[in-house]
Amino acid sequence: MADFNVSSRFDGDVSLIDVKGYLDAHTAPELENEFNKLIEKKQFKVVVNFKELNYISSAGLGVFMAYVETMREQSGDIKFSNLNDDVYSIFDLLGFPVLYEFFKEEAEAIKKFG
Amino acid sequence: MKPQIDILKNELLIPSSTDFLADVRNFVEMIGLRIGLENQTIAHIKLAVDEACTNIIKHAYNGSIDKNIKIRIDTSPKKFTVIIRDNGKSFDPELISEPNIEESQKMKKGGGLGMFLMKKLMDEVKYKTNSAGNELLLIKHLN
Repeated sequence: MADFNVSSRFDGDVSLIDVKGYLDAHTAPELENEFNKLIEKKQFKVVVNFKELNYISSAGLGVFMAYVETMREQSGDIKFSNLNDDVYSIFDLLGFPVLYEFFKEEAEAIKKFG
Repeated sequence: MKPQIDILKNELLIPSSTDFLADVRNFVEMIGLRIGLENQTIAHIKLAVDEACTNIIKHAYNGSIDKNIKIRIDTSPKKFTVIIRDNGKSFDPELISEPNIEESQKMKKGGGLGMFLMKKLMDEVKYKTNSAGNELLLIKHLN
């Protein structure tokens, strides 16, 4: 059983999603639920903090692909912070850095939302 | 059914459910460590095998969890070969197009990245299908 946990915090109008452990096809639906909850609450500015994420497969990347347009249509976005080198390398391999903003620290990502 | 591991044959049999993807990754890691592969090489093979099994569960078996996936690892000083067998629906790898992430995002769709990632992470990806089932070979050259 893959070990994964997702939870949200808030900083003003920015939602901060913390992902922990292993994000794969088994656990990706938990992340989808978290995005659905934010959309219900009309929270469209999202920073995903990867500090405690050990592993991501394409099922995890697919969640961001499926939700980012909804956030951008509502003047929000999904930004990424605190990725370890291994996790970042997978995003990089697929060309995500051209389509998303990545930050070393969560605070920089929050600031970018203004 | 639970995952069944045959240490002597380097073989793992799992039911066709994403519940067991962690077992698949642990199996690849165990053998990679045993033959002294670098951590990054192990990480790449683990992800490629995860992607392959995910595709089988979702597409070949269309979500049925009562089927099996058999994973065998052959090692030599030159190659690390993962052989993944299933009895589900076959596909033509030539017909899998390169992902267009920007386009998928506009359509609010995830997915379609698995085969592309496998090809990026491994040195060779081969697929065979016959009456006995489907066989995917993921090969990493070791130097």
